[in-house]
This record gives sequence, C-alpha cells and structure tokens, in this order.
Amino acid sequence: MSATEAATAEETGERRPTTGETVRRIVQGDLSSVRVVLGLVVIAVIFQVQEDRFLSAENLTNLMLQITTIGLISVGVVYVLLLGEIDLSVGAVSGLSAAVMAVLSVKHGWNAYMAIAAAVAVGAAIGCLQGSLFSRFAVPSFVVTLAGLLAWEGALLQVLGKTGSLNITDPKITGLANIFYSDTVGWIFAAVIIGVYGAALAVGYRRRVAAGLGDTNLVSMIVRFVLLAAIVIAAVAILNSDRGVPLAVMILLAFVVGMEYVAKQTSFGRHVFAVGGNAEAARRAGIHVNRVRVAVFTIAGTMAAIGGVMAASRLFAVNQNSGGNELLLLAIAGPVIAGTSLFGGRGSVWTALLGALVIGSISNGMDLLSLSSAVKLMVTGGVLLLAVLVDAVARQQRQTSGRV
Amino acid sequence: MAADGTPLLELEGVSKRFGPVQALDRVDFAVRAGEVVGLVGDNGAGKSTLVKAIAGIHSPDEGSIRFEGEEVRIKGPQDATDLGIATVYQDLALCDNLDVVANLFLGREQVSTGPGQVSRQLDEVKMEHETADLLSNLAVTIPSLRSEVGTLSGGQRQQVAVARSLLGDPKVVLLDEPTAALGVPQTKQVLELIRRLRERELGVVVISHNLVDVFAVADRIFVLRLGRAAGEFKAEETTEEHVVGAITGVGDGGDKNNQHSDEGEKA
Repeated sequence: MSATEAATAEETGERRPTTGETVRRIVQGDLSSVRVVLGLVVIAVIFQVQEDRFLSAENLTNLMLQITTIGLISVGVVYVLLLGEIDLSVGAVSGLSAAVMAVLSVKHGWNAYMAIAAAVAVGAAIGCLQGSLFSRFAVPSFVVTLAGLLAWEGALLQVLGKTGSLNITDPKITGLANIFYSDTVGWIFAAVIIGVYGAALAVGYRRRVAAGLGDTNLVSMIVRFVLLAAIVIAAVAILNSDRGVPLAVMILLAFVVGMEYVAKQTSFGRHVFAVGGNAEAARRAGIHVNRVRVAVFTIAGTMAAIGGVMAASRLFAVNQNSGGNELLLLAIAGPVIAGTSLFGGRGSVWTALLGALVIGSISNGMDLLSLSSAVKLMVTGGVLLLAVLVDAVARQQRQTSGRV
Repeated sequence: MAADGTPLLELEGVSKRFGPVQALDRVDFAVRAGEVVGLVGDNGAGKSTLVKAIAGIHSPDEGSIRFEGEEVRIKGPQDATDLGIATVYQDLALCDNLDVVANLFLGREQVSTGPGQVSRQLDEVKMEHETADLLSNLAVTIPSLRSEVGTLSGGQRQQVAVARSLLGDPKVVLLDEPTAALGVPQTKQVLELIRRLRERELGVVVISHNLVDVFAVADRIFVLRLGRAAGEFKAEETTEEHVVGAITGVGDGGDKNNQHSDEGEKA
C-alpha cells in the first residue's frame, strides 16, 4: 500500500475493511469451499487407509472420468439453484438427448458433430420450453420439471424403439470420454491454465490499483495463485503417470470455468444472482426476470444434454437406463453438498465440480471396497444430509451475527 | 420556489382499480424541475399506487402521463428508468445477497470496453470507483463497498437505496417513505440529501406519513384521500392543521361522504 493509494482511498471516503472483517468474510463467506476441501481430504484418508489403491494414479484418473457426466449436468443445476428453483428433469433430458444423438449417428449415419449438435439442441429446446412454462404461467418449477422427468423418460423409450439399446461406434463420439493426451500436451495445458490465471490476476490487480481502489489484498492473491498452480501441477503429474490428461476432464473444466465466468463476471450472471436473491427487486431494477429464468432453464437443459453425450461416450452405448437411476439426484446433491444454496442467490459453479468430486470419491471408494449399492446410497444420503445441516447451522450463525 | 413553465412530469385523470377497490380515481398530479412535492395521505389513500403508476409497476387503467410536455406510456420499470424517473421504494428493493456496488448498478451494470464486451463482462473496477465517488459526494459512509447489503443497518440500506436512484442521472426522483424507520440523525441526513436533489434541479416527490419531515423539505404538498386528490398546498403558506384536515377529510377540500377507512391502496 503506497502513500498515494491511501490518500486516494481517504479522498473517496472509502474505508478499508479491518482485519476482523476480513477474517469474518473468510469464515462466513468462503467457509463452504474450505469445508468441502476438508471433507474431500477426510474421505480420501478414510478410503486410503482401507484400500491403498484409492489414491493410485489409475484410480484417481478413473475417478475424474466417472465424475464428468454428473459434473457437467451439475453446472446447469447450479444456475437453476442460484435462481432458487429446481430442475428435476435434467437426468431424463440427458438420457433423451444422448438417445437422439445415438439414433442419428447409428441409424441415420449422421456426422458425429451434427449428431452431438442435435442432441445439445434438443436439451436446449426442452430447457427453454420448461423455463417458458414455468415463468409464463408461474407454475412451480418443481412441478413443470417433474412432468418433464416423466415425459422425457417416455420419449427416451420411444426414441430408442424396440431394441432398447444402441451401441455407439463412431470414434469421434466415443473419443470424447476415451481420448488421453500425451505428457507433453498435458504440461502445455498446465502451463496455459497457470499462465492465464496469473495474467488475469495481475491485470485485475493493476486495474484496481490504477483506479485507486487499494483494498485488494496482494498476499491473498499470491496465495491463491500458488495454490492453483500447485493443484494444476499435481493433477497433471498424477494424470500423466497413468494414461495422461483425459479430454473429458478438459471439457468439464472448460465448462466449469466458462460458466463460472458467466455467473460471476457478466451482467447476465449478475442478473441471475439478483433474481435468485430478490426477484421483485430485480424486476424493479428493470431486469427482465422472465427472460433470465428461461435462459437459466435453457442452460440447465443444454448442460444436461452435454452430460448425456459424455455418458453415452463413456458407456459406448445408450440404453433405457440412460439418465436414470440416481443420476438426477446426485447431480442436484453435488452442488448443494459443496455449498450452493437451495434457496437461491448464493453459490458458484465450482460447487458443481467440488460436489461431483465428493460424491464421486464416495462412490468410487465404496466400489473399491466392494460395498453394495445399498450401502452406497445410504452413505451418500447421509453425506448430503450432513452437508445441508452444516450449511443450515452456518446460515443461522450468519443471521445471529447480522448477516442475512 | 416552484419553477414555472411546463412540469417535468404531469399526470392527468389517472385511475387505477384493483378488483373492487378504486385505488386511484381521476388524479391530476404534477412536479416541476427543482421542486420537492410532498405526497401525503392516510393509509390506503393511494400514495403508493400513484408512485407505482409513475414508476411503471402498475400501469394506470385510465388517464395520461406527460413527461417534459410529451405524452408517454410507461409500461414497465425500464420505461420509467429510460425516461429519467427513479424510484426509491419503502421496502428498498435491494438484493441482500449482493454487495453495495452490485446493488447500486443493478439493472444498469457497466460493461467493460475490452474484449470482454462480447460477453457483457462487468467492469467492476469502474463500478466500484463510481460508487465510491457517489457515496462520498452524498456523505454516505458504508464500512465496505463489497459488503453484502444484507449485513448493513437499516439506515445504511436506505442511503444505498437513495444513492442508487441517482446513478442513472434521473430528472424525477420518487421517494416512498424515505425517513420511515430511521433514527433522528439519519433522517436529517436523508432530508439534507433531498434538498441537494432539489439544488440539482431534479423534480422530487416525497411520500411520507411524517408531516414534520414533509414541511421540512417540501415546496408543495399534495394530499390524497381514498384515491382522490384532496387538496394542494404551498408549504410556506399553509399549516399542518390545514394539511391534516385535508388528509382526514374533516377540513376544507375533503370529501365528507366517504367513511374513514383503510380500503384502497392494499390490493
């Protein structure tokens, strides 16, 4: 902090946050992500003690591949949760979209990219339709998407026809989940990610200093940069020691980073948070609330379709179970476990990735221990309940300390 | 004090009905530049409905609205904002989950000029800078511009809400009960702020229950009773007694046929 900065800050009447406020912000604002990371560490330790294959490079690579579908679907779910709404149809939409892609590719011989584009278009159209019904007729999103859940599952059976299962052979589709990059390419990815992040931080910092907003904490920025660099380098090193960095993980990361950017840095994202926080205030501020709602449900449908395509690619097939089972509930549970509020207005797209990691680790670890799916479901349910309870307690504490 | 010439904002014969309730009945109302109009009336007299009609929240059923002499149709809040009408609501209409800067610029976010323009990337630095400038001009102190509005005190929230109305360079500012729920020093600050708006040649409409506050700032006092205009006074030439008479319908200009009831504004 230079003397000129301090002077500017005083001139503009802005007060620097005290150390106490900063600590409180960290504790009450960012605690959820810290909590999730701690939870992940605990999960890893427990499974590693029971079964030492858990933290092997091979298993961690498998884990990353296993979470891509849930993670991608959760990215869209986060947006719906930010509005304070729910979308129960994302599982069914992912199955239906994947089926459309499979039928077009296998039965009609469409080009792989055209088939994928058609699947994504189907997901987007369904999301747009549900969002329009929800906002135009003020039907609770719960009901609209519950109807969707049933209808799109029926549509999935219809599209698949009598065989009930389609094997996907086009390598461009199956490659999505099964391509691994060489070590060199992996390190190039790492360098680019770290470089871009560092540059973004530096540019942001310089702009704030230039504008005389001197309250940016340089130390915390450096810590964040070093942490990210360490995580990226460790991840690439682990993935490289097995099969290499998977394309699927890069796709998931790209969507998480991209959609987090949209949520936090663009005016559209700001409007999503505003509608989720106080829809009436947003309306009076001139925000087109219904347009935001339709857009968010369209995003959810689109991300569900992309997740469905990824699932089909991993499985080399689409069948009557695609998008079914507990996929929907896990895709919603993930972001909630990782700290996105069910009541709207609070959360981040990173919780899609973190939540998928938590759920994926539990499921993966219990698979390694050969536990039955009965146990798996009960444990996952317990973790979700625990996470929501911890969040509720944190919210009560915020309220008693004057933070709503 | 009231400037002459064409009023900035002029309502003629505005009516609004909610089901069986006639919330506004052929009301004529005007505000000129550099003038503070106090809008007073009992609960349910139609004050909030009148403000909401101007602000585009409820379109009137009948009547016309002229802005700077030209007839306009205000179909939504955005229309009102585009014309240069800013509103500060009684319930403040802030997003508790967003910080001070985000609330100030809600609905008119500054977009960066660089490559981020394509995605309508927010220019947070510019917004924060302008927020700091504006708040210091208005002598408003907030602990941190990045603190969530939900964490602020009632007075601070009111100040944020008033400051927000000035961002779009409005010509008319509507304040709905700006001093309700404020302590004495904060009320003084807000009244001082209202005088500063008048100095900037803005047309200001202040709704208030508190006649002391109204007399302290208003040039003209407009009384509504049961949805109808019930009297108009120059603040310098009248007394609280006269105004109270018009509000309750006991004094001059009142409509004595109607019972004193709470119907009207709440629908």
